[in-house]
Amino acid sequence: MSKLITIDGNTIPFEEGQTIMEAATAAGVYIPHLCHHPEFTPHGSCKLCTVKVNGRTCSACTFPAVDGQDVLNNTQELTDDRRLITQMLFVEGNHFCPSCEKTGNCQLQAVAYHLNMLDNHFPLFYPNRELDASHAEVMIDHNRCIFCTLCVRASQQKDGKDVFAISGRGLNKHLIVNAQSGLLKDTDIEATDQAAHICPTGAILIKRTAYQVPIGERIYDHQQIDQVSLASENSQHDK
Amino acid sequence: MKKFIQDLAETHRYQPTHLLPILRSVQSQYHYIPQEAIEQLAQLLNISRTQIIGVVEFYSFFHLSPRGQYELLISDSITDHMSGKKNLISYLAEKLKVAVGDVRQDGVVSLDNTSCTGMCDQGPAGLVNGHALTRLDRPRLDLISDLINQQKPLNEWPAELFLVEDNIYQPGLLLANPIQPGTALRAMYKRGVPETLAEISFAELRGRGGAGYNTAWKWHLCYEGPEEDSFCDIATHRQQQRYVVCNADEGEPGTFKDRVLLNSYAHEVFEGMTLCAAIIGAQQGFLYLRGEYLHLYEKLQAVLDERRQAGLLGSNILKEGLNFDIEICLGAGAYICGEESALIESLEGKMGIPRNRPPYPVTQGYLGKPTVVNNVETFMAAASIAVNGGDWFANVGTEKSKGTKILSICGDCSQPGIYEYPFGTTIQTVLNDCGASDVLGVQIGGPSGTFISNKEFNRQLAFEDLATGGSFIVFNDSRNILEIVNNFTHFFAHESCGFCTPCRVGTSLLKKQLDKIIGGHGSAGDVVALEELCQLVKTQSHCGLGQTAANPVLSTLQRYPELYQSRLKKISYEPGFDLDGALETARRLAKRNDASAHLAQAEE
Ligand SMILES: Cc1cc2nc3c(=O)[nH]c(=O)nc-3n(C[C@H](O)[C@H](O)[C@H](O)COP(=O)(O)O)c2cc1C
Ligand code: SF4
Ligand code: FES
Ligand code: FES
Repeated sequence: MSKLITIDGNTIPFEEGQTIMEAATAAGVYIPHLCHHPEFTPHGSCKLCTVKVNGRTCSACTFPAVDGQDVLNNTQELTDDRRLITQMLFVEGNHFCPSCEKTGNCQLQAVAYHLNMLDNHFPLFYPNRELDASHAEVMIDHNRCIFCTLCVRASQQKDGKDVFAISGRGLNKHLIVNAQSGLLKDTDIEATDQAAHICPTGAILIKRTAYQVPIGERIYDHQQIDQVSLASENSQHDK
Repeated sequence: MKKFIQDLAETHRYQPTHLLPILRSVQSQYHYIPQEAIEQLAQLLNISRTQIIGVVEFYSFFHLSPRGQYELLISDSITDHMSGKKNLISYLAEKLKVAVGDVRQDGVVSLDNTSCTGMCDQGPAGLVNGHALTRLDRPRLDLISDLINQQKPLNEWPAELFLVEDNIYQPGLLLANPIQPGTALRAMYKRGVPETLAEISFAELRGRGGAGYNTAWKWHLCYEGPEEDSFCDIATHRQQQRYVVCNADEGEPGTFKDRVLLNSYAHEVFEGMTLCAAIIGAQQGFLYLRGEYLHLYEKLQAVLDERRQAGLLGSNILKEGLNFDIEICLGAGAYICGEESALIESLEGKMGIPRNRPPYPVTQGYLGKPTVVNNVETFMAAASIAVNGGDWFANVGTEKSKGTKILSICGDCSQPGIYEYPFGTTIQTVLNDCGASDVLGVQIGGPSGTFISNKEFNRQLAFEDLATGGSFIVFNDSRNILEIVNNFTHFFAHESCGFCTPCRVGTSLLKKQLDKIIGGHGSAGDVVALEELCQLVKTQSHCGLGQTAANPVLSTLQRYPELYQSRLKKISYEPGFDLDGALETARRLAKRNDASAHLAQAEE
């Protein structure tokens, strides 16, 4: 017997053990997210998926669905908060989309469009961050890292390696790689690893592929992130 | 170094959960964590080097680059600032010829700030190689710099520098009735174990760490397994190992009562933990002691030994078949580790990042096993209740807050120290007792609590009115509220673990926005923007740190809006950066300082 929750007044079924995010995705309801990916253990850090469950603020990607829950997702208040959280991610790093090779394929950018973000709202931090281009095929541009840990999880849970980790506290958080030299070239990452492809922004890139797909023909140039996300995550589920 | 690390790992039986104590030893030996040590430890403990680097970079007391042989830290607590900390640290920096934040060229000494060290009743305070220094003044700083310049080993420094006093001024229900070691356990076995839990339940004891969760219910959940939790299989739950953890992280600025309880009432605290172990069925307990309380470590170990010898700890306690022991784990400078799930992560040898909940620690805590985490004072109260009965306790206090609360009072009063009051006591009574006059306001519950103004002193200490984990900071009317708020806001930005976006970025934005307003660069929209930011950080953060980080601003903005408004310029918009300030480098390079080398921010 399937159990039920409501999201914005619509009743949807869920299976025991599913999170609110999983139930929503399966039912074709998009909840904005950046650090969530259906294939990996949820992390709950970006807070874009914030929803109200029986009046209480929760992260949809980690919170278990329980029979009878009343979930609010697509409200003005939540959209406003999600936009502000996205703006925080933008000002914290150095995201100059027009000159970024990920533009059009970037989930951070796409979610910002989806939330109708038109400016940075907050003052920019302009942090001093570095580039690691030491590896022959994969590079890291720390300016664009949002600490979602998807690369950390993909490497551990999918590639059977342990290439990435997040280190440091507070605003000093940063991505590190598992090599004595601290350089990507001395890790066992390969360009075919899922960890090299999973970055929702342009922080981890495959070299020499930047403009193979021209601007204007990229994923989010013609589709909104909600449609793209639901389609791809449901097909991953079916696999 | 190879041998040192090898022996160290062996002493800790190659356990990755012991990463923090291991790194504490490495730091104290080499004054940093050398890369060779990281590589060797990764091998020996069979963990990745990135876990070790993560931990080193997370905790304030670990460093990847060398600090001085004498690592000096001066507390940044607001009360230390009120007693002239800024001048003192500049004096010290000059005296030692080292800049704040730096290591002296010869590598002998380094100097830096640190968050409140829990000595607000005897500050300005500091730490030297982790050992508490109290009552710092110029003569003491002269002495300290001489000792450092002579490179005198710490154990030859005069003991008075390290003297930490209890300062108990008002003992009440708990402090005035110390119990003899073993009496609570004997009372429990006489009354029956479940009956003792019922007694604690009857006493309506609520957690003393701040949140006030019902203690008996927490223990019950840990023992039974919460039926409602769909993620938990009760049958397997019952067979699991369980843990008792005493939270002595005491990082909330202005709180120091746990320091005093552990110094003078440690038996009661350990007895309370043992009681809990008997009730929930645990064999192992931990005391998570904040790193700043290193001075208590040996003494507490001695108390544990005493209890083992008296048959109150170890195997077959009081010949009742109870096997339980307690290990003391020292923190390494991270306020967030007071949050119970971050504390558990830290006990496991990891960065102190709060977990996602559910599951809660009572079902999945230390190493995934059911775990009770309680405050020091909570365990002490439980032991007293076991001896004196639930009635004795429940007869005192208010409807929703039974018993007494132990306060650590500091700031502008003649007798800063420890005071115990029945719940329901008014703030005015407390102020009278501690010798406070011309009071402007009181910060109750530390920076994460509430600032109340002098119009509210008839309010009460109680969970239903003003809750506090113990912090009670008095400010007289010579104090500047915005400076206080600024100190607290900087504290949260410094202590945010950085896991979630709203707190990691939000606490820094709060700091910037407040600096802008206090610096006189704010304009009409800026107070509104500040308030909007506060609400966002409060509602969207992952844990209690972020959820309370905006409280200093919110509670003062509510009470003194005119204070914020008075700092604003009379224009509707002011850019976030200081135009004229940005030209400073250019002026320096051009060696100019004439009028036309300056720019007005905007026409006023
Ligand atoms: C940021 C943060 C810091 C905390 N620090 C402490 C602390 O130092 N001591 C403490 O007992 N509880 C602290 N707590 C509360 C604990 O998470 C937990 O609720 C408490 O230890 C439970 O014990 P109790 O029920 O006996 O109060 C803190 C919570 C947060 C969110
Ligand atoms: S609220 Fe702050 S301290 Fe808590 S998890 Fe988020 S970043 Fe860490
Ligand atoms: S998607 Fe849920 S917190 Fe990031
Ligand atoms: S467009 Fe470059 S990281 Fe998003």
